[in-house]
Amino acid sequence: MSTATTTPPTPAQHVPLSVRPPGSGFRRFKNRSATVILTGAMIIAMIPLILIIFEVTRRGIGVVNLEFLTATEPPPRREGGGYAAGFVGTLYIMALAVAMSIPFGIATAVYIVEYGPNRLTGAIRFFTDVMTGIPSIFVGLFVYGLLVVGWGGLGFGTFVGAVAIAVMMLPIVTRSAEEMLRLVPNEMRNASYGLGARKWQTIVHTVLPAAAPGLATGSMLAVARGIGETAPLLLTAFGTGIIVTAFQGSPQGAVPMQLYRGASQPFEAGIDRAWGAALCLFVLVVLFTILARWIGSRASVGK
Amino acid sequence: MPTEAPEAPQAPEDSPRRTLVAGRGRLADPIFKWTVAACGTVVLVILALMVIRTTTEAWPVFVKEGFFGFLLGETWDPGGSRDEITGTYGAWPFIYGTLLTSVIAIAIALPLAIMVAVYLTHVAPRRIAKPLSYTVELLAAVPSVIFGLWGLHWFLPNVMRPFFDLVESTLGWFFLFEGPVRGVGYFPAGIVLAIMILPIMTAIIREVIAVQPLEQQMAGYALGSTRWEVITKVVLPSSFSGIVAATMLGLGRALGETIAVLMLIGGSQAWGASLFGAGSSMASHIAATFGESSPEARTGLMAIGVALFLVTMIINILARVVVWRLGQFTGDAAV
Repeated sequence: MSTATTTPPTPAQHVPLSVRPPGSGFRRFKNRSATVILTGAMIIAMIPLILIIFEVTRRGIGVVNLEFLTATEPPPRREGGGYAAGFVGTLYIMALAVAMSIPFGIATAVYIVEYGPNRLTGAIRFFTDVMTGIPSIFVGLFVYGLLVVGWGGLGFGTFVGAVAIAVMMLPIVTRSAEEMLRLVPNEMRNASYGLGARKWQTIVHTVLPAAAPGLATGSMLAVARGIGETAPLLLTAFGTGIIVTAFQGSPQGAVPMQLYRGASQPFEAGIDRAWGAALCLFVLVVLFTILARWIGSRASVGK
Repeated sequence: MPTEAPEAPQAPEDSPRRTLVAGRGRLADPIFKWTVAACGTVVLVILALMVIRTTTEAWPVFVKEGFFGFLLGETWDPGGSRDEITGTYGAWPFIYGTLLTSVIAIAIALPLAIMVAVYLTHVAPRRIAKPLSYTVELLAAVPSVIFGLWGLHWFLPNVMRPFFDLVESTLGWFFLFEGPVRGVGYFPAGIVLAIMILPIMTAIIREVIAVQPLEQQMAGYALGSTRWEVITKVVLPSSFSGIVAATMLGLGRALGETIAVLMLIGGSQAWGASLFGAGSSMASHIAATFGESSPEARTGLMAIGVALFLVTMIINILARVVVWRLGQFTGDAAV
């Protein structure tokens, strides 16, 4: 600086730290407004959930009663009645789907964790991941093409619906079971081998029990996902308004399907019942989700 | 770290030979191994069957229309035949609907997801960050049919209707906002889709941001940066590939979503540039018309399904490759 020669320069260390360069006020302003905007984004993201919970509760609570759970649905114009057919169908389909997907999913995870990594487990892991992204409607089309009309030729029914839901659940079960089995410490396996156990004995008697709470968590999250699935069922179970106990051969109903049909018709009574079903479905899903997380956090292995 | 894949145990091989080879139950181990291996290959078999079965089922339609003729044709006029293809199958109106709703959804959800993820990792007090992220993930657990019901019977009359009236009276001359507004249409479907894919995108971006090395951020603060400068100049640039992956996974979800879109998009077979027009997406058209369709029309729907599957598969595989190459986090939020 040329002026430094005429006036004695103020040494840099004498400038108080609180006196910042001219940009700083604007920088601090930017920082503060960014914080405000980010907080605002968080609030915006919470709004839909709050609105949904509020509205489903408000309009559903008056509908859900004993009759809603035990009676079948009248024509959409008429009031009263309930979703008994849907509940029976959902319970039936979910029981079958759980029986199909959870053993396969856990066995797959056992293979990946205990016998991997090799080229096959790599492929299984990758395609399990990819499978979580398959559109649910496509799963419905696939089961329709394979079992309803195709090689199976079974027609619509409970079983084919359950197959579709099981295909949707399988990757979720496998992924979470894999994570849980990896958390089992190797010392436990080695201790079991040290006692002379064979590998299958180690897995069945040591690894799986140790991972059991985690496996339950993953399975329940998968069930929570499966309960709400609608699209694949439209193409496989097809839907009905009456209680069906047939294993296969006649169309089966389910709560989400019935909800969808009720909500898309312009009749007030049917729409009211749909809100009631939404409340039941929501409570079930949230219950399963929270219970799963609770079990998982209470008894997680390796912590 | 226990997350490493356990090695094949050495202990049994070191034990006396008779217990291993000639002992009782010596077949149990191989039997167990091959049983679980067989269960594992079920996933691969299912995927292979999916591809083969649906493609053979849809093949006649692709043969008649040609692959690009099918994708770009604008007329969907299925015939009622039982065993041959007599109608015209052009899936463009549905492909357009799928793309438009997904683009709307991503355009809304991506900035919001980035901001929420940054808030949860860098701004939120530690005490409330965890409950907040749980709450956002709870949104992912809500079944899509409930989104559809809420969208159709609450969101549409209470939020979209006043908004439509406002926009139509002020911007109705502009081709993107042309009437007539029916309520249901691409725009509300896109918004509800955005709400639905927000949790998965937030979860992935949050994970990516959380594993960014702390040293660089500390260095940024040491140079006198504000928090905002550290976030925009240090954290976000290095999270870029993770954000891309999250976008693609969200896009995959949005493309394949069926029921909520079906209830909100209006189910028309026409298509037009206006965001407020009614239309159909690929998935929603399959679900809407499947029940009353002739066997021939179902073949056509199968072809839409195959096209949808191809697109989502490509996007998903690309996203997974990006996520796997990041390699630093589990990615289980994506489930």
